[in-house]
Amino acid sequence: MSWSFSNDRPIFQQLVDIIILKILSGEYQPGFKLDAVRDLAVTAGVNPNTMQRALSEIENTGIIYTKRGDGRYVTEDTGKIAEVRNSYVAEKTRGFVESVKALGLTVNEISEAVKNVLNEGGNSDG
Amino acid sequence: MDNILECRNLSKIYKNAIALSNVNLQIKKGRIVGLLGPNGSGKTTLIKLANGLLTPTMGDLLIDGMPIGVETKKIVSYLPDHNFLTQWMSVNQMIDYFADFYSDFSRDRADRMLENLGIDRTKKIKTLSKGTQEKVALILVMSREAELYMLDEPIAGVDPATRDYILRTIITNYNEDATIIISTHLISDIEQILSDVIFINHGEVALCDTVDNIRQREGKSVDELFREVFRC
Repeated sequence: MSWSFSNDRPIFQQLVDIIILKILSGEYQPGFKLDAVRDLAVTAGVNPNTMQRALSEIENTGIIYTKRGDGRYVTEDTGKIAEVRNSYVAEKTRGFVESVKALGLTVNEISEAVKNVLNEGGNSDG
Repeated sequence: MDNILECRNLSKIYKNAIALSNVNLQIKKGRIVGLLGPNGSGKTTLIKLANGLLTPTMGDLLIDGMPIGVETKKIVSYLPDHNFLTQWMSVNQMIDYFADFYSDFSRDRADRMLENLGIDRTKKIKTLSKGTQEKVALILVMSREAELYMLDEPIAGVDPATRDYILRTIITNYNEDATIIISTHLISDIEQILSDVIFINHGEVALCDTVDNIRQREGKSVDELFREVFRC
C-alpha cells in the first residue's frame, strides 16, 4: 500500500522524485487533479507535513499548480513537462556517465555499454 | 502559543536514580514526534510527568503554556504502557465509560475503528487476546479529539497488518493542529510518519531534530542512526 523509500535521503525529496516521475511517465496526465494532501499522505504512508512540503517543492518547478479553493493540478503546458523531462533525463544520464567514467571507460566504451544493455532488453525501439 | 509541550530544566530524581536530568524541550503544534531511546532512558518518566502521574523534582513542564492540571488533562489523550482496561467490562461498556469521562470523545470514530478492526464489542475485555486488548486501548485513546496524544509503546504488541492500519489511522484522524508523541523501539515501522524525533539517553536529550534534517545530514535513516548512537 504505502510507497517505499530508501534510507539515505530525506523522505520529502523522495516524494518529490516519485510524484515527478508519475507526471513524466504519464501516470498523472496533464490536467490531472491530485488527491488532497491528507489523502496522498495516507496513500504514501507518510506524514502530511512531509507531503505538503514535497508538493510545494514540485510546485516551484511549475509542473503542478494550485487552483485556489480547489486543489492541485498537473499543468496542461506539455512544453513545461517536456522541459522537466529533459532535465530529469539529463540528470540521470549525467549520474550514470560519471559513475562509469570513474572506472576509466572511454566515450566509445560507454556508448557501447549502453547499446549492449538496450539490446539485451530485446524490445528496443529501433 | 506555538508550543504544545515545553520542558524547562526538567529533572526527575527517584530515591537513588536520576530518571531525567535538566531536560529542555519544545514541541510545536501539529507535529508527529517520535520519542526514542533505549530501555530505562526516561521516555515513560517524561510521559508520566506530562500526564501528572509524577511530579517534577526540579524545573517545569508546560502543556499549551499551562502547568499540569485539570485543564491540561482535558486536552491530552494518553495511552499508558500498561493495560488500563477494566477487565470485567465489555467493549461497549468501556466505550460508554470513556464517553462519560471525556467530553471530546467521538463515538463515531470509535465505532468506525472497531468495525474496521473486526472487534466484537459485546465481548468482555478479559476474554480478548492481548493484541486485541491493545487495539481496544488505542481505539479509546485515538477516539478523543484531543490536542496532544501521548502514546507510550502503542504498536509493540500488534501484528504488522494492524500496525499499518494504526499508522494510517493516525495520519487520517489527527487534526492538523493536534500533536502526537509516540514512544517506541520500532523506529523503522513509524519513521515515515514522523516529522520530528527526540533521542533520549540516560535521562538527557541526546538529539532533537526533524526526520528530514537527520536524513539529509547523516545520509541515513533515523533507525540506522539510532542503532549507531545506542550501540550496545
